[in-house]
Amino acid sequence: MEGLMYIIRELLRSVREYKKLSIITPILITFEVIIECIIPFITATLVNEIKNGCDLGTIIKYGIILTVMAFLSLTFGAVAGSASARAACGFAKNLRKDMFYSIQGYSFENIDRFQTSSLITRMTTDVTNVQNAYMMLIRTAIRSPLMLIFAFVMAFVMGGRMAWIFLVVVPILAIGLGIVIYKAFPLFRKVFAKYDALNKSIQENIKGMRVVKSFVREDYEQNKFERAADDVCSDFTRAERILAFNGPLMQFCMYVVMVFVLSFGSYTIITSRGLDFDIGQFSAILTYNFMILSSLMMLSMVFVMITLAAESAKRIVEVIREKSTLANPENPVYEVNDGSITFENVSFKYSEKAERMALSNINLRIRSGETIGIVGGTGSSKTTLVQLIPRLYDATEGIVKVGGLDVRNYDLDALRSQVAVVLQKNVLFSGTIKENLRWGNKFATDEEMTEACRLACADEFINRFPDGYDTYVEQGGANLSGGQKQRLCIARALLKKPKILILDDSTSAVDTRTDARIREALKEYMPEMTKIIIAQRIASVKDADRIIVMDRGTINGVGTHEQLLSENEIYREIYYSQNKAGDRNEN
Amino acid sequence: MKINDTKSRKSVILRLAGDIFKFYPVMLPIVIACIIFNAAVSSIPSIFMQNIIAVVEQNWRTGDWNGAAGKILRSVGILAGFYILSLISGVVYNQMMAIITQGTLKKFRVKMFGRMQTLPVKYFDTHTHGDIMSYYTNDIDALRQLISQSFPNLMISVVSVVTIFSIMIYYCLWLTLVVIIGVLVMLFVTRKVGGGSARYFIRQQKALGRMEGFVEEIMNGQKVIKVFCHEEESKADFDRINESLFDDAKAANQYANILGPILNNIGNILYVVVAITGGILLISDVPNISISGLAMGISITVPFLNMTKKFVGNINQVSHQVNAVVMGIAGAQRIYDLTDQEPEQDSGYVTLVNACEKNGQLTECREKTGIWAWKHPHSSDGSVTYTKLSGDVRMFNVDFEYEPGKTVLHDISLYAKPGQKVAFVGATGAGKTTITNLLNRFYDIADGKIRYDGININKIKKSDLRRAIGMVLQDTNLFTGTVMDNIRYGRLEATDEECIAAAKLVGADDFITRLPDGYYTMITENGARLSQGQRQLISIARAAVADPPVMILDEATSSIDTRTEAIVQRGMDALMKGRTVFVIAHRLSTVKNADVIIVLDHGRIIERGNHEELLALKGQYYQLYTGAFELE
Repeated sequence: MEGLMYIIRELLRSVREYKKLSIITPILITFEVIIECIIPFITATLVNEIKNGCDLGTIIKYGIILTVMAFLSLTFGAVAGSASARAACGFAKNLRKDMFYSIQGYSFENIDRFQTSSLITRMTTDVTNVQNAYMMLIRTAIRSPLMLIFAFVMAFVMGGRMAWIFLVVVPILAIGLGIVIYKAFPLFRKVFAKYDALNKSIQENIKGMRVVKSFVREDYEQNKFERAADDVCSDFTRAERILAFNGPLMQFCMYVVMVFVLSFGSYTIITSRGLDFDIGQFSAILTYNFMILSSLMMLSMVFVMITLAAESAKRIVEVIREKSTLANPENPVYEVNDGSITFENVSFKYSEKAERMALSNINLRIRSGETIGIVGGTGSSKTTLVQLIPRLYDATEGIVKVGGLDVRNYDLDALRSQVAVVLQKNVLFSGTIKENLRWGNKFATDEEMTEACRLACADEFINRFPDGYDTYVEQGGANLSGGQKQRLCIARALLKKPKILILDDSTSAVDTRTDARIREALKEYMPEMTKIIIAQRIASVKDADRIIVMDRGTINGVGTHEQLLSENEIYREIYYSQNKAGDRNEN
Repeated sequence: MKINDTKSRKSVILRLAGDIFKFYPVMLPIVIACIIFNAAVSSIPSIFMQNIIAVVEQNWRTGDWNGAAGKILRSVGILAGFYILSLISGVVYNQMMAIITQGTLKKFRVKMFGRMQTLPVKYFDTHTHGDIMSYYTNDIDALRQLISQSFPNLMISVVSVVTIFSIMIYYCLWLTLVVIIGVLVMLFVTRKVGGGSARYFIRQQKALGRMEGFVEEIMNGQKVIKVFCHEEESKADFDRINESLFDDAKAANQYANILGPILNNIGNILYVVVAITGGILLISDVPNISISGLAMGISITVPFLNMTKKFVGNINQVSHQVNAVVMGIAGAQRIYDLTDQEPEQDSGYVTLVNACEKNGQLTECREKTGIWAWKHPHSSDGSVTYTKLSGDVRMFNVDFEYEPGKTVLHDISLYAKPGQKVAFVGATGAGKTTITNLLNRFYDIADGKIRYDGININKIKKSDLRRAIGMVLQDTNLFTGTVMDNIRYGRLEATDEECIAAAKLVGADDFITRLPDGYYTMITENGARLSQGQRQLISIARAAVADPPVMILDEATSSIDTRTEAIVQRGMDALMKGRTVFVIAHRLSTVKNADVIIVLDHGRIIERGNHEELLALKGQYYQLYTGAFELE
């Protein structure tokens, strides 16, 4: 329960400018409910007047009162409805905004913790669930108890002794509904989990359709699915069948009241020989009967909806409350002196719980303007090493310095604009080539962009597009080849004019000749820039000033190509595995 | 999504009703009968009220109370009897509806999934996975709403309205007319306001879709955003989309929320009008027109007021269901669209059978022999010939187009003798993958011929053709289950030993035995916890267990390091041994070992030959090899 209170408190922070509307709604609803409860009272009086044979004037007088009340009730109800819609949708808007903003503040470590698909569900389905529950809360959750109380009071005022029946019926219904929820709810929870698993298996099947078809496993898949669907179906049916008692239960209570009122009424009439009979009571008590029981029913529905939404709320709060693991220092430094890099006894692990260090005891000194190559097998932490430089992650132990200063002393934006990384898993965004390039520098001129693309050997293919630099790039760069994407990503990074450029396996899909031309251009036109190149191909790093060989999170060797070839076993192994075939051919 | 055509809407409803009836031919009529009875009974108390009040009215005048008790008690007794029956019918239909709803949903799910298995690969290439998934989530949800909520509620409302209306006419035509006018006003308002709600509801769905697309793109590139400090810009873009979603959602909900109070209070006013009219009728002595022929009296006015309330309540109910019904029908329509999709056509009649050799003659036999043969019945003379499965594949002048008019393969001819290795080389879009798509008939060729062991593949039953051609794809797809289950996917009858032997053959055994539960380690989320190379090794073992004479291999382009690559390569080599292999090559080492290298460019074969021949040619392949072109 403590946890739930925390979630609610955190969630409500996002109401903000919609607080006023959220408070006005229940107030308006209170008025609406009061009027709605008085209307039957007045109609009952009117009915009695008619029974007693009043004149037309009296009827019209009542008519006017009632019409005015109906209009008031309509106004309150409509305004409340509109206000609650605005409040709930606004709340949802703020929730989405808070989540999105929070995510924008995430560090790489935070990003690793959430799956993309899960974040999307949280921002759409979960928010919609909470929005509906919130609207329900400020409208119905106030309305139903109020209605219950007022109708109860009015039933006693109007119905006199007959109203006692409600003291019998209401607890019966309340307990009944309680039992139904208590029984059905755990079942629903369980079956929803199964339902999710079922949908996941469908997704798996769609994705793997070529595998299914090439192994001719259609019938096998169908049988597997049918079994799972059967299971989900029978669980759902069990839960739904319990829930299906709600309707008849409600009807039972209504009928009990009805029969009671009719027989008790008749009894009174007969014992009093027709003197003690108030026909208005009759219609009023029947009206209140409906009001009382249906508000109980609504209340149980609200309860179910809110509990269901609690799960969604939890998932939303997780995103909003996730604190970035990186923070700007108090008095940040905005200037990066030069492109020198130092690692002092640096160790790193991805999470506190991780047993193995991803990097251990790294000592490294890179001069400004140097070209460094990094090679090593998968899992040797090449990428991890370079990600510490622009402070995408913080070192667990030791110090990483850029320009002679601990990276933790820099303003994050300032540091990252001087240390450009072309990530291994790089992404272009939907928009024109120009728009994508401007990510590197918002104010880049056309000349600067052409220059950067020329260096990255991207201008040659861009110029072949009919729309040139205004060519539209599809989401994820789907209309470009792998090599073209990589060259654009390099150009984008160059536009930053950084002091340090890190290419993390960024030319793997580029042919060797272009790869060499890019390296040549970088060397010639940006000699003062420190360049770090991670590559699978030895050819890509062969000409570097120094090459670092990584192995299982440690530096296995540092040196030039020739030095490493003669001294470093891992380097030699990689080199020969890539060139062996060629040698054989030449022999 | 939107169905404008009322006629097609109607036909969807009829089809759905027909289907549910077919699924539950006994239960559905019972449910309908129970709902009608239940709804009718809940509308009749007015009659009893009228009775009792009439008795009181009458006895008041006569002052004779002796007979009254009996009359009234009998009335109440009959009502109580009806109520008990109605409650029973209520329990029955509610229980049965739960069964029908879930059962129908299950049957639709299974039907969709079954149909999906039979659809051609083209369908999956031309529809996004998200779109297909939404049949199973959004559309099924909409259908659930329609069957479990809208259907019974609408039915109850209609029955109640009809019953009450009949009782009204029975008592008094004048007052009925007043009610009818009120109802017309309510219907008009529902149309206006409800229409607005539906319009914005659709816009809200679209805005939600836009939001989803945007968030997806941003989340996928979140790390790039961080690296370029692009957070503020993406926030601004997000705010714009968020704001427009808010506008539509707000409007849709406002309309929906306002409708309730408006209808309710029109009902209140109608109540007053009925009361006043009733009063006037009482006072002015206008002759009553009714079926019952009862004179106007308080015993009619009072129940009438009650009926007015119920009438209005039911109309209100109907208006609440409008959105759900529209959505439900659209969902049903889309579900039918999927189940109506044309399945993959297969007119093949040549099948794969177990064979044994007797006196140099191949004959069919039941038991497993390790020898397979194509059974080829000839319709002309009724004879059957058997051809040994050996893995000889030839293509003759094959043309192909994905879309009419856009030929992607031109005049492709090639052959692979049993055991030969054919490598395809060329840039993205050159047509390498397309050729392999044709071999196992994922797509059908436009012109030319493909023969497998001398038999036109169009004559071979697709399932048997595919059994004879194995595939290892670039993107490995593993399924939820143990490692063992995933390897066995290649051949369901394979024993554990056979699966392990296959894993050993391709060099996967080593890492599998080091997993926490060895071969019984659960794979979830497409093997998210395994490395790319490990996933590939499992998929290679899966193909090895199937043991087909012909294999299609698509080498992975994604960067796996040299050491893992060497292991995967060894696995591939082991798999290739003794088979006819078509390989889409991304690595020169693979290409070099091929018997034939086919260099493709824009859907045409521009060079062919072995490594040495092609190098000597100094053409495109030579340039590729020396690194002047991108090899993909």
